[in-house]
Amino acid sequence: MIPGVAADFSADTIWVSVVKAVLIVVFLLTSVLFAIWFERKLVARMQLRPGPNWHGPFGLLQSLADAMKLLLKEDVTVTNADRRVYLLAPMISVFCSLLVFAVIPFGPSVTIPFTDFTTPAQLTDFPVAVLYILACASIGVYGIVLGGWSSGSTYPLLGSVRSTAQVISYELAMGLSLVSVFIMAGSMSTSSIVESQTSLWWFIPLAPAFVIFLISMVGETNRLPFDLPEAEGELVGGYMTEYSSMKFAWFFLAEYIAMLNVSAVATTLFLGGWRAPWPLSLVGDGVLNTGWWPLLWFLAKVWLLMFLFVWVRGTLLRLRYDQFMVFGWKVLIPFALAWVVILGVFQWAGLAGVTQTQMIVGILVALAVVMAVLWLWPEKKPTGAEATTDGEGGFDAFAGGYPVPPVPGQTLPPSPRARRTVPPAEDAETRTATAVDDEETR
Amino acid sequence: MTVSGGETVLFWVLAPLMVLAASGLLVVRRAVHAAVCVVFVMISLAVLYVAQEAPFLGVVQVVVYTGAVMMLFLFVLMLVGVDAADSLTETIRGQRWVGLLLGLGLASVLGGVIARSTFPPPRGLAETGGVTNPVALARVVMEHYVVAMEVVGILLVTAAVAGLVLTHRRRLGAKPTQRALAEAKIAALPTGRHLSPLPAPGVYAQNNAMDTPALDHTGRPLEHSVPRVLRIRGQQREAAELLTAEETLVHRELDVPDDPVPSVGPDSSEGETR
Repeated sequence: MIPGVAADFSADTIWVSVVKAVLIVVFLLTSVLFAIWFERKLVARMQLRPGPNWHGPFGLLQSLADAMKLLLKEDVTVTNADRRVYLLAPMISVFCSLLVFAVIPFGPSVTIPFTDFTTPAQLTDFPVAVLYILACASIGVYGIVLGGWSSGSTYPLLGSVRSTAQVISYELAMGLSLVSVFIMAGSMSTSSIVESQTSLWWFIPLAPAFVIFLISMVGETNRLPFDLPEAEGELVGGYMTEYSSMKFAWFFLAEYIAMLNVSAVATTLFLGGWRAPWPLSLVGDGVLNTGWWPLLWFLAKVWLLMFLFVWVRGTLLRLRYDQFMVFGWKVLIPFALAWVVILGVFQWAGLAGVTQTQMIVGILVALAVVMAVLWLWPEKKPTGAEATTDGEGGFDAFAGGYPVPPVPGQTLPPSPRARRTVPPAEDAETRTATAVDDEETR
Repeated sequence: MTVSGGETVLFWVLAPLMVLAASGLLVVRRAVHAAVCVVFVMISLAVLYVAQEAPFLGVVQVVVYTGAVMMLFLFVLMLVGVDAADSLTETIRGQRWVGLLLGLGLASVLGGVIARSTFPPPRGLAETGGVTNPVALARVVMEHYVVAMEVVGILLVTAAVAGLVLTHRRRLGAKPTQRALAEAKIAALPTGRHLSPLPAPGVYAQNNAMDTPALDHTGRPLEHSVPRVLRIRGQQREAAELLTAEETLVHRELDVPDDPVPSVGPDSSEGETR
């Protein structure tokens, strides 16, 4: 029994751990194959296309065929590449992404069928498991950075530099949103956090932190609308431009496993982990929270978040890089910091013996003060630059010597041709001639 | 408290590798390779911390030092120069010998201290009261050393603000709005600027590279579809050259000059999902 951890691993021998580790790797690899199919099919449906439907039932074997193709393709190493680092980078990426699921609880203690052996449905857990997940993510970035650098080419380098900046800044917001869960759950071990969500899942009381986590997890995994490190229109393929064959496949694999990772973390920390959703959790005095049932709820929640990923990708456009960084540093991080401070104040008040009604009154008073300040705040006067472009100075059709359309607020002067009847459209070549004729005859 | 067999194996596997990586730091020529060596040492150190029942320290070592500080170093290394290998010329005379002597002195002092020190027998976490790692640490920091921690925090914040102030430059004019930028673009139209982005370089049957110009709707090559740097260096290729090279392979129907757009085959670009 590890101190500070809810799950009991005392019955696990080394062989049990090895079997669990192998099962996790198999689960992740098959999930990635399924996720690629899932994403392509779903995006296709959103764009009114059928999507992959040729290989296997519903096109399910399409990603298997793609994987085989990648395996058998020629492995190109560009001349300028730094060979050792070039090979090392995709390995780091995949290795680090595989590590995260070691501390994710798939369920409570389960009994292996046909035996009496009982073990937690989780490889391991320790008192700082969630920090370990953050550590794995931060080492995983090295794969991207070194891959971009070692390619010896401009676009991959730019992609990797962008990726570093992006992951570091969004990891801050992500870490801050996780802090609120630590405060409420009083632990950083994943099984204890799931244990603490018995009555209420954290995404309800900690809704702001959940929203921050959802946004920063998209930034962290380099997915649309935040996929700037590999923006096709700007950087060809970003850090993986020069990679081909199996090395490319590793990066690809790492990216999809990273999606599964953050979905599983969000499930564990905010969505109750393996716990059954509300009406079902009441069935038969919580029978659906025991045995192998929790595996079903866990997978359902993870794939719900994967659906969210695909939905966001199918809906939103890529941000501009500066807007993206401004959003991360000037909106997400201050917001997350303020939320942690507010939560800390409430925890302190709770410890100091303030009752719930007093807290609610305090919130209402604070809200009233904020509203009053906003109400009485002097309105910002328009600056000189804005005033001149408001279209009050009349419309100059040849501003700057080139025909321009009216901007909002300007109106076109009445057309000189408005009084005349427009002749019916004739052949394109003769129309100009007749127009000139009309001009002469009138 | 005895050291378990697994921990012994872990130590004797990791320690030589760490020493190798640390000495690699002195030997390798490229700055990024040195950074990779340091990262390896840091992560191995974190693994050893975890093995010694200090998981919090180990994980923080990775998150803070490997994930943030070292990443920042790497960031700077990559931006300063992709190929910046140090030159071995001495800038100060006798610098190398002095450095070697000082290094030996430091090694002898450290070696003497370590050789003369005696360690108390190790006690496991279970014997020290059984409080878990982050909780016990939090008690020490927030109860006994809370003033010291706050002072360090204030110092760090001051340093960060100072960094911001020193690198801050005041903007000379107002920040151009999107409308101002758009108007400037329209105003620059008569001088030959384009509203749309520049056309992409050409894609031909046998060639798809930055240095070949695209063709416009009349079939003439577009000069500005090739990046400016390549044009200044004189590294661009002629479209005509490519087209004649392709003609020797493929019999083109030259009697239909009105239709320069080749017929496009079935869309085969749906290979990757990205």
